[in-house]
Amino acid sequence: MNYTLIGKHEKDARDCRDGYANAMLKIMSENDRVLHIDCDLAGCVNATKIKKAYPDRFINAGIAEANAMSMSCGLAATGMIPFMHTFGVFAGRRMFDQAFLSAGYSNWPVHVVGTDPGVTAAINGATHMPFEDGGLYRIVPNAVVLDPCDYAQAYSLTEKLVDCKSLSYMRLIRRGFKTVYADGSDFEIGKGVVLKEGNDATVIASGIMIDNALKAYELLETEDIHVRVIDMFTWKPLDEQLVLKAAEETGAIVSAENHFVGSGLGSAIANLLAERKPTVQEYIGIHNRYGQVGAQEELEKEYGLTAEDIAAAVRKAIERKKM
Amino acid sequence: MEKEKMIHELKVFAAEIRLETLKIIASLGSGHVGGSMSIADALAVLYGAVMNVDPNDPLKKDRDWCVLSKGHAGPAMYATLGLKGYYPIEEAYTLNRFGSSFPSHTDHLMTKGIDLTTGSLGQGISEAVGAALGNRMQGIDSHVFVIIGDGEADEGQVWEAAQFAAHYKLDHLICLVDANGRQLDGSVDEVMSHGKGIGAKFDAFGWKVIDVRDGNDVGQIYDAITEAYQITGQPVVLILNTVKGKGAYFAEETGEHSSKPSAEVMSEAIRRLEADLENIRKEVR
Ligand SMILES: Cc1ncc(C[n+]2csc(CCOP(=O)(O)OP(=O)(O)O)c2C)c(N)n1
Ligand SMILES: [Mg+2]
Repeated sequence: MNYTLIGKHEKDARDCRDGYANAMLKIMSENDRVLHIDCDLAGCVNATKIKKAYPDRFINAGIAEANAMSMSCGLAATGMIPFMHTFGVFAGRRMFDQAFLSAGYSNWPVHVVGTDPGVTAAINGATHMPFEDGGLYRIVPNAVVLDPCDYAQAYSLTEKLVDCKSLSYMRLIRRGFKTVYADGSDFEIGKGVVLKEGNDATVIASGIMIDNALKAYELLETEDIHVRVIDMFTWKPLDEQLVLKAAEETGAIVSAENHFVGSGLGSAIANLLAERKPTVQEYIGIHNRYGQVGAQEELEKEYGLTAEDIAAAVRKAIERKKM
Repeated sequence: MEKEKMIHELKVFAAEIRLETLKIIASLGSGHVGGSMSIADALAVLYGAVMNVDPNDPLKKDRDWCVLSKGHAGPAMYATLGLKGYYPIEEAYTLNRFGSSFPSHTDHLMTKGIDLTTGSLGQGISEAVGAALGNRMQGIDSHVFVIIGDGEADEGQVWEAAQFAAHYKLDHLICLVDANGRQLDGSVDEVMSHGKGIGAKFDAFGWKVIDVRDGNDVGQIYDAITEAYQITGQPVVLILNTVKGKGAYFAEETGEHSSKPSAEVMSEAIRRLEADLENIRKEVR
């Protein structure tokens, strides 16, 4: 692991999805068993460049996700390394039985990429806004679940997935993200990253919530509250040591995710802590609601995902730990 | 003569739907122009001449239903329902804005006149099958129309629905396939072809298949539906051979799935649709 934090809250002019597509171009050049499978959404993940560079290893399965999922397992059984893409809503709900049995239970390494996590689906609205995709894959035994925050991280994790021997699911932002890391940053699946040190509380976040968490950190510093900020881009397997250490040293946890809190990162953390070290925890994320249309910024406000929301949760968690 | 007049009115209605569809999308600046424009004529016939609906009583028991299974064509539906009087058309100029009742994909909880919620391709046709069965079980003599895309027909669920509808002899179910030859990543033939054709598939599943040579011709669509009404004992599918983007020149040229034209191009396209409408209004009489 070797990364450089930028974290200046600046909109990245590039597409986050290119982190995936460009990494694919690299790994496909190194390994001729890697291929991309799409469900008539190649244009949405910039996989058209993959098709152009490697026409023989680009497969369009049409708008038929369930078939694409199980078919990818057949490919994996022959030794191919399939990366398959559709929108996150379909990657989760529309092919879940196939993902669970054909891939999970049968132990075939298929790497599923679901675009437009949570509120980043923006004007595509409720039917296209996954708050549950990561949670669905979390409940598949041995699956790997990733929620990268920017171009550099998506690039690095895509590279790492080639060697991942189980089913994986990556929530991939298309646009609408801030640069967190410098290009060339390198990450390890299953290892969280401590972005800021502090001992009053710990914010554990991933995806678009990283930038909001860093903003919350700055806000709280002005109030003399010092929070630790952890990027937990791997939801599963969870970096248990890092979470337990944060609980031990800071005594209060705020989880922050662009996802339903009942099944995502916050739950993974709570499941661990309840068993090993009961700790005060506040949840930032979606609470028992469906998606809707709107600009991403409006939706972040609507669902309580902003830096101010995180800061308020931190203050509350610190109050609670005193009780 | 009566019929000629009606067909002319339907042409006018279709042109109005096209114009309003683009204005609705223009209110945001981008959207699914292609698949919205290709079904304008079908919607004009359904809501202009065929369906028993009442904008003042959108949920009346004996109404005909229309399910837009290719829910991303919402703007065309919103234009149609607005022109029909379900709500002032201007309300739809809030398309996809935060808090709007006019979301990207048709949603029966959000918009007056929408019968069933869609957006995940393949689900709408099954929902329509259920509605046709439910109405029949309650002795309601109405029709359920469902509009699917030719890309949507990739979905296994479409064929599970087709199998079910034929098995239960749902002759009051009429499916309209918007066969515009294109899906998101390119042409249907390139992305996922349909063997002997979508019509042949439906035929094999036990449906009556009616090929509508020009699916953007209101007269041909009207005749096909008239024919469909005579069929008993099996569901009917109309294969509408359409043009994706029809009437919105920038989208028609490329066949693109979604569009984000410059403001100038959008205005020019709207201007051309206004001219089209004027010309059609002047025709015959
Ligand atoms: C289950 C599902 N998979 C993928 C999508 C994303 N998607 C929306 S429209 C579309 C292409 C649809 O093509 P077609 O049915 O031919 O529609 P049309 O050409 O009439 O616009 C795709 C892939 C979706 N809405 N639902
Ligand atoms: Mg089509």
